[in-house]
Amino acid sequence: MRHFVIVSILTAAMTYVIYVGLTSLGLMPVHASTQATSIDWLWDWQMRAMSFLFALIVAPMSYALVVFHRRKGETGEGQHFEGNYNLEIAWTVLPLFAVFAFAYMGAYSLGEVRRLDPNAMVIRVHAVQWNWTFEYPDYGFSSDVLHLPINRQIRLLMESTDVIHSFWVPEFRVKQDLVPGRVTELLITPDRLGAYRVRCAELCGISHSYMEDDVLVEETADFEEWALEQQAIAIEASKTPEGRGRILAATYCLGCHSITSTQLSGVAAPVWLGLFGKTETLQDGSSVVVDEAYLIESILNPLARIVHGFTPNMPQTFANTLSADQINDIIAFIKTLK
Amino acid sequence: MGGALFVTLMRWLLPIALPTVFSPMPLFDTQFFFREPAWLFGGLMGVLCFVWYHGVMDDWYQWARGIDTPEHHEDKPGIEKYFGPSLDHKVIGIQYTVTALALLVIGGTFALIFRTELAASRLQFLTLEFRLFEQNGLQLYNSLMSLHGMIMIVSILLGVAAMMNYLVPLLIGAHDMAFPRLNAFSFWVAPPAAILLVSALILGGFDTGWTGYPPLSAKAPLGIDMFFLGVFTAGWSSILGSLNLIATTLRMRAKGMTAFRMPIFVWASIATSLIALTATQLIGLSFQLVAFQRVLHMGFFDPDKGGNPVLFQHLFWFYSHPAVYVFILPGLGIVSELLPVFARKPLFGYKWIAMSSLAIALVGFVVWAHHMFTSGMNEYLRVPFMYSTLLVAIPTGVKFFSWVATIWGGKIDTPTPMLFVLGAIVVFLLGGITGPPNATVSVDLHLHDTYYVVGHFHDTLFGGFVFPFFAALYFWFPKATGKRMNETLGKIHFWLMTPAFLTLSFGMMRIGLLGMRRRIADYDPALGFDNMHLVLTISGFLIALSILIFFYNLVISIKRGEPATGNLWNSRSPEWQVVSPMPAHNYDVPFEVVGEPYDYGLAGSKYIEFITPKKK
Ligand code: HEC
Ligand SMILES: [Cu+2]
Ligand SMILES: [Cu+2]
Repeated sequence: MRHFVIVSILTAAMTYVIYVGLTSLGLMPVHASTQATSIDWLWDWQMRAMSFLFALIVAPMSYALVVFHRRKGETGEGQHFEGNYNLEIAWTVLPLFAVFAFAYMGAYSLGEVRRLDPNAMVIRVHAVQWNWTFEYPDYGFSSDVLHLPINRQIRLLMESTDVIHSFWVPEFRVKQDLVPGRVTELLITPDRLGAYRVRCAELCGISHSYMEDDVLVEETADFEEWALEQQAIAIEASKTPEGRGRILAATYCLGCHSITSTQLSGVAAPVWLGLFGKTETLQDGSSVVVDEAYLIESILNPLARIVHGFTPNMPQTFANTLSADQINDIIAFIKTLK
Repeated sequence: MGGALFVTLMRWLLPIALPTVFSPMPLFDTQFFFREPAWLFGGLMGVLCFVWYHGVMDDWYQWARGIDTPEHHEDKPGIEKYFGPSLDHKVIGIQYTVTALALLVIGGTFALIFRTELAASRLQFLTLEFRLFEQNGLQLYNSLMSLHGMIMIVSILLGVAAMMNYLVPLLIGAHDMAFPRLNAFSFWVAPPAAILLVSALILGGFDTGWTGYPPLSAKAPLGIDMFFLGVFTAGWSSILGSLNLIATTLRMRAKGMTAFRMPIFVWASIATSLIALTATQLIGLSFQLVAFQRVLHMGFFDPDKGGNPVLFQHLFWFYSHPAVYVFILPGLGIVSELLPVFARKPLFGYKWIAMSSLAIALVGFVVWAHHMFTSGMNEYLRVPFMYSTLLVAIPTGVKFFSWVATIWGGKIDTPTPMLFVLGAIVVFLLGGITGPPNATVSVDLHLHDTYYVVGHFHDTLFGGFVFPFFAALYFWFPKATGKRMNETLGKIHFWLMTPAFLTLSFGMMRIGLLGMRRRIADYDPALGFDNMHLVLTISGFLIALSILIFFYNLVISIKRGEPATGNLWNSRSPEWQVVSPMPAHNYDVPFEVVGEPYDYGLAGSKYIEFITPKKK
């Protein structure tokens, strides 16, 4: 009997110490959305359960190892008992209640995370290897930084054109894959101002590590100001081919190609600055002067002529996704990069 | 020695390399898609040639021609029998063990390479300028990371097969497996599978992780075909091996060995084999469909052709979740098998432990979608999958409670095998309790695809396989060799590996919660993970060091270990009642089961009795 009392005290003490230790470590990043609140609440219960279960096994086990260890020179066998029906029933049935409790809490918390606010603002997320673009349909522009107003639910409608990606901002907790051929949805209600990063969480090829972008949670007024400004720029830009081309390029191309003089880190794709009119060396050693025909071919059929020193990683899907007009717009934009 | 090694190596590499490389040859200059089917075909031929060349199918061929061959082929004496197609389950068990250890070394080395790259943020040596096997640093990182996963999995599958092959016939008193030739075949397809897997690295690599999700895998370089083929072939080994094991346990038990008098490891093996026999097809199938999509342009998972990428994930996880129980159930069986021996007490709740293995196996079939909570699968289906997944905790809990009750009140001894058993319990417990947060959908939306998951499953696999496997090696080494392994080195191995591994897995979970994604070659320095990653890399190398010590111990113990021909551990199990090393056809005198397997401490009780032929 004495053994059991000691072990119970040990277990309780161990549970307490582990739980307090874990919580004081600060295991989660700051939380910046109302969805995170519900998830952190469940996570806290999970930590209690983990601390208790760990103690429940390790405390008696360590105790037994010390107390029932064979002393030097001791011979003989242990006590002979083969089982205890009541105990077996108890440790099958009691955990069953815990399982149901946690499953219930899980379902409840999932419900919280998925609760749609009818006034939610829709933002369309486009992912391609290895680039995010955020389209604001209410305002009619796209951006490669995700600006969000605080305390308003955002409904992300997400699409991928090549492989599976996954949208994850650790501070918002929730995560959702983007699957080619369908639109997936994610609900986020930011509730903390600040700068965060969206990080692609599904392995999507070579530069998966670098598929990150800035996320800014702003006061509603600041957001509004920024959005109207972008809207004006977009309206202005859409009047010229190169303006439209810039928007298209931002969506489809600038994750790999750089328009400054330095190559982007992580992906090896030719720089666009000064591309038009220059003489490009190809993989087979020949060279070509970059003109419109060459550009069109490079976009529609990237494998036809490969630039020297680059791996042919460019998506081969643009023939399906871009219209002839759009391609002309992009070329007009490339021409302006001198 | 060097010459012999070279000859062996060539004997292993050439039969598979020649067909693989030569069948694509004539098509080499034509267009790319002409080459790919040729490589696939060549690889398949390579496997068949390999098996044929080693004479594994000779007897079947003779039978097909109507020629009888002897029931047994006597093995060559000495080490040579391990290089040929022996029919002896003990020899095959050791062949499996050695192959599994070899793969463990290869997979581990891959991990050390990319772990080194991760030691600091930014790219240090796997840079964009770096080139090897037609891949730049980032591509090579992905190939190594992906192969680390699959090579370790195959290593574990072979290690599991090793334990089941070597032990089950001994434990049930059979003279061999039910189908010795099938057994040899199951083993001999494994080396070419392993060679194919490794060849993926050289043939362009692939960047999909071991899960090979399309559309990414449908676009990956040629290496992925070799990867698919390797997994496909390794799958045959699993399926046929488990079929054999089930037949053996059903038909060949010693007299009096009723279901609940079987050693507990046999129960674990049955549960394992049921899964492997029925689920493995699905991973083969899902990879085959992607291969068909690649070479025959069929659109199973291609949305442009009406396919569905999420379907692949369902097919894939329908095997790959139950597969984790294939990895861990035998290990848990080893824990249950050895605890009574070292606690000198009966196994607490034998029937419950036996049934819990079956329960885990069964429930394991209906939880697969917990890997897909963020995948865009049906929203509402996530809830039932959460319930079923959490249910796994019940039978697993039964095991833990029973283990604690088993050592309670014992006279516990802690030589090396017992240390590894205890290590297995603690590490697997960590893996177990870090699981439920992944099962509750909302929390998993944060945890999925982070290092938290990486830490969690390394815990389950180390606790469920690596630790018990080492326990088994230390425990049954004397049975196979008649010598015992060095205790001091064994203890150093344990006390080095355990803390290093715990640091590794805790560290992984810590940074995972804070935002470290899985499968990335480089991480944002702003996250402040550099120090932790350095610690993780050092822990990785310490684990490697401890394994090196193990290998050193293995070699010197084989050469000049302390002789141990008797019942070294004072076990009740039948295999220890006869001399070590085990005689060629196991029990010269058959035995009969007359009592309970684990009645330690019950005076005068016996588990088995040898049947002495009655005098007339
Ligand atoms: C996944 C990364 C990626 C994306 C996205 C991408 N490209 Fe490329 N692109 C490359 C790579 C790599 C090359 C060099 C290899 C080659 O020539 O195919 C390249 C080459 C080119 C070239 C030839 C450049 C030269 O120096 O001759 C053009 C033109 C081009 N891309 C246009 C585009 C346009 C337009 C888009 C968007 C509609 C785009 N690319 C999107 C990776 C990308
Ligand atoms: Cu990604
Ligand atoms: Cu699973």
